[in-house]
Amino acid sequence: MTEIVISILLLMGGGLSVLGSIGIVRLPDVYGRLHAATKSATLGVITIILGVFLYFLFYHGLFVGKLLLTIVFVFLTAPVAAFMIARSAYNVKVKMWDKSIQDDLAEAEKKLKSRSK
Amino acid sequence: MAFQILLNIGLALIWMLLRAEYTILEFIIGYIVGLGLLFVLRRFLHFDFYFRRIAAFIKLILLFFYKLILSNIDMIKIVLSPKMDIQPGIIAVPTKLRTDWEVTLLANLISLTPGTLTMNFSEDGRTLYVHSIHVPDKEKAIKEIHESFEKAIMEVTH
Repeated sequence: MTEIVISILLLMGGGLSVLGSIGIVRLPDVYGRLHAATKSATLGVITIILGVFLYFLFYHGLFVGKLLLTIVFVFLTAPVAAFMIARSAYNVKVKMWDKSIQDDLAEAEKKLKSRSK
Repeated sequence: MAFQILLNIGLALIWMLLRAEYTILEFIIGYIVGLGLLFVLRRFLHFDFYFRRIAAFIKLILLFFYKLILSNIDMIKIVLSPKMDIQPGIIAVPTKLRTDWEVTLLANLISLTPGTLTMNFSEDGRTLYVHSIHVPDKEKAIKEIHESFEKAIMEVTH
């Protein structure tokens, strides 16, 4: 029973990582790619680590706290990294996809500039 | 809050001394008994029961995981659809949260929810700029941010 659960977790993690990579290739611009990279990769890594944790717990009787800590850190850092990349990409004026239909940030910046003049 | 936790640990130590068994298990039982005592006496001691906040925090973490799974299903659908039928864009989301700590937490939550990614803050930190993978859904996304995330974060901090 535990074997099946661990296998499912590991396979799911691998599958999600692959899907995330496909998303990075397929999506049109930096921002879209970040969506794929953060979401799929985060859950993929978390499920793999959870699988490893359960393996050590049930087959070796070891409670490996480090693995749980890893989950916490991945969980905390992935969105922050995505935020920083998106923000710096926008600040160095990486273009958005042609079919993007709205940009509230550009409007806000324009307003700020006209006020400071 | 700190005083209550200290009191709770003190009660657990007294429990351990009374039972004359110095193990982790006995400490945990004492802690739970102390928690029950604090809960019963919360009106007479003039403070808010601190465990309510911890319960709210656990709820927030569960919400986090739930949304992460939903967003993955959403992402898989977009990645595997043969036609890229998306209209991305950046939308502004105003927030009522005040401290930096709360806004950071909200930004992280948004990044891990379906179709949204925090990109930038306004100067005063009261408006988040969110990149949405499919802008026509934006009303729904904004409503969700306000009604479930802000509320969950406020429960922890207030």
